[in-house]
Amino acid sequence: MSDFFEQFPTVFSALNVGFLQTLKLFAVTLLGAIPLGLIVSFGSMSRFKILSGATRTVVWIIRGSPLMIQLMIIYYFPGLILHNPIWGSGEDGRFLAAAIAFIINYACYFSEIYRGGVQSVPRGQNEAGLVLGLSKRQIFFKVTLLQMIKRIVPPMSNEIITLVKDTSLSRIIALQELIWAGESFMKGSRGLSGLIWPLFFTGIYYLAFSALLTALFNYTEKKLSYFKI
Amino acid sequence: MAILEVCGLKKSFGKTAVLKGINFTLEKGEVLVILGSSGGGKTTLLRCLNFLEIPEEGVIKVGGKVIFDAGNSAVLSESEIRKNRLNFGLVFQSFNLFPQYNVLKNVTLAPSLLKKGTDQEITQNAKQLLSKVGLSNKEESYPCELSGGQQQRVAIARALALNPAILCFDEPTSALDPELTGEVLKVIKSLKNSDMTMIIVTHEIEFAKNIADKIIFVDNGVILEEGDATVIDAPKNERLKNFLASFS
Ligand SMILES: Nc1ncnc2c1ncn2[C@@H]1O[C@H](COP(=O)(O)OP(=O)(O)O)[C@@H](O)[C@H]1O
Ligand SMILES: [Mg+2]
Repeated sequence: MSDFFEQFPTVFSALNVGFLQTLKLFAVTLLGAIPLGLIVSFGSMSRFKILSGATRTVVWIIRGSPLMIQLMIIYYFPGLILHNPIWGSGEDGRFLAAAIAFIINYACYFSEIYRGGVQSVPRGQNEAGLVLGLSKRQIFFKVTLLQMIKRIVPPMSNEIITLVKDTSLSRIIALQELIWAGESFMKGSRGLSGLIWPLFFTGIYYLAFSALLTALFNYTEKKLSYFKI
Repeated sequence: MAILEVCGLKKSFGKTAVLKGINFTLEKGEVLVILGSSGGGKTTLLRCLNFLEIPEEGVIKVGGKVIFDAGNSAVLSESEIRKNRLNFGLVFQSFNLFPQYNVLKNVTLAPSLLKKGTDQEITQNAKQLLSKVGLSNKEESYPCELSGGQQQRVAIARALALNPAILCFDEPTSALDPELTGEVLKVIKSLKNSDMTMIIVTHEIEFAKNIADKIIFVDNGVILEEGDATVIDAPKNERLKNFLASFS
């Protein structure tokens, strides 16, 4: 036990560094995927059959295959197959590759949620706005937008909580995130080696962060519960 | 002079002709009731008047002014359509209130977005209309807190807030429990007493007889019979006879 207390400060500071990288990947993914998802959803709802067909096929492929493989393809394909290692060998390159894989993957999931949100608003809402002489723009911003938001908050919350845990997949390309930091104490790091508990301990970070986000989303849902759709 | 003239209105969806040449006129302050069995084109007719559908043929005049002419090659711009449709109001079968706004805001939303007056005027007018439909005590309620009958009365106030020349109702009580239809019909009746020009699609035959200045029976996209309220007691057309018999 006294070992644990001696080891803890060292492990804790290393895990915090890893968690920072995890948080960074989480934030960058959201910042990229939330707007990119919107563009993808416009594509999949397009009246141009070729565009919507192509977009839906890409979404189907991305959603139907493991994110881990997508990560590996994006990271290794340029170097190993094209002999053009665009990501370099450093942590920055790994982060960029991971961020791109996550943004594409999550944009596809988000796009389906947006599409569901748009299509869930009854046609009558649009028509009621029209017969009251409102413009399409006014109808979107004043009538349908909030209804869509209310509809997409619960599924978006689920996806975002999943993202917290999915960031650990970037361990597969050796991104130095939380799992990597925990695992490093097994092989040896900062004068400690053969330790398994730091890896288990990372679970607490994920739990705490998910709990925080869940509370935030519950609050948002509650804020929107004054009306029903 | 007629406030509304509809001439040769035709509308089809793909290959199905839904309106096959509708003609009628309506005087100011008159109430026109449209009868007809389901699928006959009644909703489509109201939707054409409100520009939710664009007819392929025909002319619509309001107050003698042509607001739509399918033969005139100049295609209406979105803003012209928006302006023209304000001659009409439409009350839907399914109310279609805006769920995220309270009752008062449902009524004031369009007038304020369209800048139909100062905020104070618009609010005052909305409150008057809500009192007219008997809902002064529900201004702060949200649609989900109201009964169907109350929602439909809000929808009527919302349509009236834009001061349409002609107010259309598409089966305003069909989505309501029987015990709630009365309160809505009473409001429509009171509008007639204040000389509102209205077009009402309804299956409430007694109400139709009571309120109609003019009745048209639409079947399969054409008007098979028209006249005043007495056509209900003495129908000439066979199909109208059968239609009316199905209610007794
Ligand atoms: N948007 C549409 N697309 C295709 N067919 C339609 C559309 N709207 C209505 N119809 C058809 O037009 C006919 C008349 O419909 P409607 O005007 O709703 O009749 P009513 O209101 O008298 O019951 C029906 O056969 C219906 O299926
Ligand atoms: Mg109908």
